[in-house]
Amino acid sequence: MVSVNNNGQSSALIQVRGLNKTYRRGGEEIQVLQGLNLDVDKGDFVGFMGPSGSGKTTLLNLMGGLDVPTAGTISVAGDEITHMSSGKLTEWRARHVGFVFQMYNLIPVLTAYQNVELPLLLTRLSGTERRQHVEAALSIVGLAGRSNHFPRQLSGGQEQRVAIARAIVSDPTFLLCDEPTGDLDRKSADEIMALISELVAKHAKTVLMVTHDPLVAARAQTVLHLEKGVLVEAAKSQHGVVVGGGA
Amino acid sequence: MKFWRLIKANLFRKKVRLLLTLGSFMVAMFLFAFLAVVRGAFTRTGGIASAGRLVTINRVSIIQPIPLSYRDKIARIKGVQAVTHYNWFGGTYQDEKNFFPQFVIDPENQRKVIPELVVPDVQWANFLKDRQGAIAGAATAKRFGWKIGDRIPITTTIYGTGGAWEFNLDGIYHGQHADDDESQFWFQWDYFEERVPDRIKGLIGWYAIKLDSPDEALRVATAVDNEFANSPYETKTDTESQFAANWVKQFGNIEFLILSIGSVVFFTLLLVTGNTMAISVRERTGELGILKAIGFKNRSVLFFVLAESLAIALVGGILGLGLALIAIPVLGSALNGLLPNLILSKSVLAVAIGFALAVGAASGLLPGIGAMRLRVVNALRRV
Repeated sequence: MVSVNNNGQSSALIQVRGLNKTYRRGGEEIQVLQGLNLDVDKGDFVGFMGPSGSGKTTLLNLMGGLDVPTAGTISVAGDEITHMSSGKLTEWRARHVGFVFQMYNLIPVLTAYQNVELPLLLTRLSGTERRQHVEAALSIVGLAGRSNHFPRQLSGGQEQRVAIARAIVSDPTFLLCDEPTGDLDRKSADEIMALISELVAKHAKTVLMVTHDPLVAARAQTVLHLEKGVLVEAAKSQHGVVVGGGA
Repeated sequence: MKFWRLIKANLFRKKVRLLLTLGSFMVAMFLFAFLAVVRGAFTRTGGIASAGRLVTINRVSIIQPIPLSYRDKIARIKGVQAVTHYNWFGGTYQDEKNFFPQFVIDPENQRKVIPELVVPDVQWANFLKDRQGAIAGAATAKRFGWKIGDRIPITTTIYGTGGAWEFNLDGIYHGQHADDDESQFWFQWDYFEERVPDRIKGLIGWYAIKLDSPDEALRVATAVDNEFANSPYETKTDTESQFAANWVKQFGNIEFLILSIGSVVFFTLLLVTGNTMAISVRERTGELGILKAIGFKNRSVLFFVLAESLAIALVGGILGLGLALIAIPVLGSALNGLLPNLILSKSVLAVAIGFALAVGAASGLLPGIGAMRLRVVNALRRV
């Protein structure tokens, strides 16, 4: 169950408490996140919306251990990540986080198979075990037959599927998706969202997703609006479309 | 090894750039090997054997003679095991272009002082019996297709007694080490003495002295020069390696020239490869950000960049040295014996590979550290 009001103890998988993030631009201080609280349970699918510059990606980067907050804490499965050293945080990311980006971010000189295999190179798995995991991940995203294709030989939707396979191949604790359909046409976007929903429904993955698109956000179980550095739960229409922030 | 596929894929990302960088390494390594070989040719002495040898020349210059009568006086000095003498003949074979070093030798002591240049006993015995006999180095015999028993005419402009001097090839010597000079041609003092004008008779070019122990070098050298001080033919005695170094100085400061060219090559190569690696890393900022995001540590990123630059350096270096191995013997032949053995030794090859790897590491280090320090969030913005 997602909660944005709890500032005490909880048993949630992800616990964010009093999160602040301030940037300095020139001589000016810009406070992007202000005392933000959030609880996300295992298997939740949370969508984050908000205007450009509202801090959605910053929040995702903080929860993914790519950036450090100015104040506050983030705990994932009992690990408090906000005070980890850079090296520890890198190890933690490898074990717990799967990233899906708007521009897919595949390595262009590697095949789909090799791209998906990348996170497994950091593990102690043998070559055979790595092969089994990669083939399983590519099969889940429906690209088993394209493993030897390079990114330039795939469509945008297929590239994003490879990126999803790379994100799930090491079975991370949760997935962070930053505008996963932002560079895709509607049909491909629907396919990608169907795939992410399937990962939640069938494989019990926990997904945190940033999007601008209300139709995409509507796929999430819970949609949160980020406004002026604070999270509020959004309302949905009768047709399930996100219509705006609410109390 | 599981990372090799990623390193290889990045290496071949821009094939033209890879070929050009490999090419620059190849040319630089070829040049390095060539310079090292030329330096070696100028400074080579008899290796370990030469450590216990001295060379005595006229104090004024090596082209001024010294009397043969000094030989017995030198032999009596404590610490001298054997002494032999040489004259430079300066002749050519058939054509002026066919130059090689010919020495008038003292057969009695030659093998005692220079044991590393070996002549089979039977051939040496025939040489001793033959007043017009000669011994050729294996390289020179091979160069002109000589075989034992051949009649060899040598024309000299120094001892202008008219016509060519005729020699019988009685033996062929071989060096015991790869870098021993096998280009020389020896013939007997008695034959030389018989044919030269009276004004030259009884005068030799220089003495080679074999010591009881290399530790005696300084004492014996001083004793020899003191023995002939204030005489009409004062002497200057040095160790063989010092003599070789002085000999090279006559051609100018070869060492400085070679080091200067080598340094320019080194820095040019460093700038070229450093720039290439920096561009290559800058182009991949976003990808490096992804690698870090999914869990590759800073040191892994540094490793990838260094592995790439080292692989380029190693392959380029090997190609350059391969080219040198093929080209240097050809070049040696083309020089017609102007320089003794142009040898690309194992030690030169090892130093060259070390040099290539050092340039590879240095050129990959700065971009690698830059990649290491890259903040993931900033890198991902550059996708």
